[in-house]
Amino acid sequence: MSTPPLQRPSEHPTIAWTLFAALAAGGLITGDAYLASLLTKAMILALAAISLDLLIGRAGLVSFGHAAFLGLGAYTAGIAIEEGVEETLTILALTVAVSAGFAAITGAIALRTAGVYFIMITLAFGQMLFFAASALSQYGGDDGLTLWSTSTLLGTGVMQSDGGLFLVILAMLALGWLVAGRLAASRFGRVLAAAKEAEVRVETLGFDPFAYRLAAYVIAGVIAGVAGFLLAHEAEFVSPATMAWQRSGDLIIIVLIGGMGTRNGALIGALAFVGLEEGLARVLDEWRLVFGPLLILLVLFARGGLSSAIDAGLRRREAAA
Amino acid sequence: MTPILVAEGLTKRFGALTAVGDVSLDLRPGEVHALIGPNGAGKTTLMQLLSGLLLPDSGRILFESAEITRASPAARARAGLGRSFQITAVVAGFTALENAALAAQVTAGSSFRFWRAAARDMALTTAAMAALEEVGLAPRAGVRAGDLSHGERRLLELAMVLAARPRALILDEPMAGLGHAEGIALTGLLARLKTRLPLLLVEHDMQAVFALADRVSLLVEGRLVITDTPAAVRADAAARAAYLGEEA
Repeated sequence: MSTPPLQRPSEHPTIAWTLFAALAAGGLITGDAYLASLLTKAMILALAAISLDLLIGRAGLVSFGHAAFLGLGAYTAGIAIEEGVEETLTILALTVAVSAGFAAITGAIALRTAGVYFIMITLAFGQMLFFAASALSQYGGDDGLTLWSTSTLLGTGVMQSDGGLFLVILAMLALGWLVAGRLAASRFGRVLAAAKEAEVRVETLGFDPFAYRLAAYVIAGVIAGVAGFLLAHEAEFVSPATMAWQRSGDLIIIVLIGGMGTRNGALIGALAFVGLEEGLARVLDEWRLVFGPLLILLVLFARGGLSSAIDAGLRRREAAA
Repeated sequence: MTPILVAEGLTKRFGALTAVGDVSLDLRPGEVHALIGPNGAGKTTLMQLLSGLLLPDSGRILFESAEITRASPAARARAGLGRSFQITAVVAGFTALENAALAAQVTAGSSFRFWRAAARDMALTTAAMAALEEVGLAPRAGVRAGDLSHGERRLLELAMVLAARPRALILDEPMAGLGHAEGIALTGLLARLKTRLPLLLVEHDMQAVFALADRVSLLVEGRLVITDTPAAVRADAAARAAYLGEEA
């Protein structure tokens, strides 16, 4: 027997699949190159935010250095391409290995701490990488590295065509979304969620929370690394700015806007974030003056983010029906 | 009979305060061993030492003849030494079934499984339901732990410990905050359990202690005053003066 899962209405897969379909339509059918590039940016941020939400929402680990993995993935791809590696799958494998390695080492150290110290130490690792990338003079240093070509997938030009790359990014986003959902519902995800709420209980049951958190940190790092790999292909340019702390902050904001602990939330949050940023920038030169307070209001008055608002809306509709 | 859990000369100091001083006790198969003593006697510290949440300054702890003095709480639990808490420690956001299933994961294969939904894992669900059934919470399996009554949460706490299939249990004030009827029901449950699972019980409820315990140890100011049958401890004048005075 099994009990009905306590799923929030906003976590319903239909919402995500509808968004994926809308993204595909917006990016491929309209033929609007500007819209497509905006959606691509949102999708890459969404993938990174979904991975960050595994840490913040599921494991209760507020990482303030998650953009480091975005940058690490982008640089791995950029440097590999610069050094003459052409095959997409080889570069992807490299990205996974580098991100996993960095996550395992920095995670093993950062997870010795908790709370504010964890936030600070992840920030420190992120900044360390930022300055390391800035010092890489043979790969552009501060100015970044322009990619004159990108990788080829099994000898084809899929990754170089706009439509092909858009589809690959959408597919990776959907895959990341799927993985996040499976992880959350798995045995592993349960231990992680329980350790967030009742650490001592989980320990005295016989689980070592550190091992589970480290595994989560590595998984999240790899997913964000892949997002960075995609970013390098999309922008055809990598620079230290990708892993600046502001970008880590953006990712946290996206998770908060969407609602913590919800993969749909991270998706919706990324779309809202990019849309808001773009929309405000169009009407206002000093858009950041509005953007900041808006975020503060959102965090203050919509504690659970947009997904909570959706929950409330859907429940009301259900009650009315 | 070889004791399953042995503490030898356990000492724990906090600064100048000796919370637990040179305490030796054991837990034998098939028995309930109750630990009593006034507030501040060091009962909780002793529990923490036995379950690994604190490490002793000196002395050692053996579980099934293996030394576990410095083993982590998780390692002790995996070895089969279960522990319940005085302050209910269930995962409020999980249903009762999910809480028990989480505990069942400890002994039902690896928890580093990332893909399959735990809710569809029959091995977990079966073990969890059995544990809920045992404590009488099966009808409440689908209720969020945070929405259960205090008494039900105490039972869930016990179900979680049982679902992990321990070979000995440390129970920290299982009766705390229970109503009279609930207390009697839990006493019955613990009496049934002890036939297959030795229990080391810290309890304030003297009625429950004397109904359940095969042996009673009295702890006063961090030191073990006496370990004997309930009748002998009750008869012991020193014990009466130290603790049982107002209750006996």
